[in-house]
Amino acid sequence: MKNRYALRKTIFTAAFLLVFIFSGLSFYRSRHLREPVVAGDGLLEVRKLSHYFPGLKGSINDASVYLLGKGTSSSGEGAALVLGGAHPEEPAGRLAAWLLVENARVEAGRLFVILTANPSASTSTRPGGAYPPDYEIPTPWGRQKFRQGDRWSNPLDQWPDPEVYIHYPSRQQLAYMDIRNQNRTWPGRPDGTMTEKTCYAMTQLIIKEKIDLVIDLHEAELQYPVINTIVAHQKGEDLAALASMMISSEEGFNIGVEYSPVALRGLSHREIGDHTPAIPLLLETPEPFLDATRGKTDRALLLTGRDEFVMKAGRHGLLFEKLDENGWPIEVRVGRHLSSIIQIFKVWTELHPDRPIQMENVPRYAEVIANGVGYYLKNPDGAPAGRLFYE
Amino acid sequence: MAAFITFLYYLMVAFFSACFIWNFRRSKNWQTEVLYLIVLLPFLLRLFRLK
Ligand SMILES: [Zn+2]
Repeated sequence: MKNRYALRKTIFTAAFLLVFIFSGLSFYRSRHLREPVVAGDGLLEVRKLSHYFPGLKGSINDASVYLLGKGTSSSGEGAALVLGGAHPEEPAGRLAAWLLVENARVEAGRLFVILTANPSASTSTRPGGAYPPDYEIPTPWGRQKFRQGDRWSNPLDQWPDPEVYIHYPSRQQLAYMDIRNQNRTWPGRPDGTMTEKTCYAMTQLIIKEKIDLVIDLHEAELQYPVINTIVAHQKGEDLAALASMMISSEEGFNIGVEYSPVALRGLSHREIGDHTPAIPLLLETPEPFLDATRGKTDRALLLTGRDEFVMKAGRHGLLFEKLDENGWPIEVRVGRHLSSIIQIFKVWTELHPDRPIQMENVPRYAEVIANGVGYYLKNPDGAPAGRLFYE
Repeated sequence: MAAFITFLYYLMVAFFSACFIWNFRRSKNWQTEVLYLIVLLPFLLRLFRLK
């Protein structure tokens, strides 16, 4: 009898170790997946966020800042900061930032790009939400793999959460998990949580580099009313409205404008405008993958944006954006972001000729749709010396 | 403060992991044995900072 117990326990233990090792390896690999970045001709320098706030040194959130410009760029010209990956589970934002760093040639001004504004959040997913650990973009030279990521910083890096999150400095009460949500922790503080420190470092960057414009790239579920829009701080109302008109007439798609509510704290389009001289704009594209009524949550849904259950919600009038058999493919979403950035810079330069921000060679909406996102991703194997980086 | 709570939290995770392993060894019912192992998995994944 005793032997039978021992044998059974041995078999169970072996099965358990198998599951533990395989799941552990899978989690470890996706947390440590390295994503190549082949910076283009516009790159001047890559810095770390700790350059602006040393308190972030050694932290996983000491993100890379890609500085693009001309050798002669000076702080007398305009400067913009583009943020991808504040919410890494919104891939169009990260990919659009990727294409900027790999392709943009800056003709006037300085362009700062952060591909992964919350690196910690890019290292975890929602297994309870059946998220895939990663996704792949086909390119002419092979497939490039990216981490799927989550909306919130990884609990391995910031823990515990409070009962109620009290936003600094407004003292507004927010949901407990939003203390790990980078778009609720602006403007940040030097002695706060890791996520608050990350925002503080970016706020310091904005002030020290005399940034004029901050563009925060996001995606949203179709059941959320803020979608396909530019969310603008009141300082940027004219800029956003003009850009929206230019986008509609020149780029082949429509984008709305919404104004950042004064009572909603912690968001980039509110706090950056209130606490720095810069104008913050937040761009949203539709991502059906995020909708609660979605079906199978796989890599295909992430990249095609096609889902019959979300479509059904649309037939019941529950969506704030249309969804048909064409879905919302990643090319459309990335293209929208890039064309919006191009037009915002153009309008900014027209309004402020003394502080120009001009760039070339960035693919637009129609081009990204025609050629695909991967067409504009560079092969890391052929990267020129000193141009290959990893996120 | 957060670092101290995190330290206590990992101690707690280690304690409960040990309890599950202890109970698994003492159990004589195959269903409870499987149950202890299923519950143990997320504890170990956190203890080893994998998830
Ligand atoms: Zn977002």
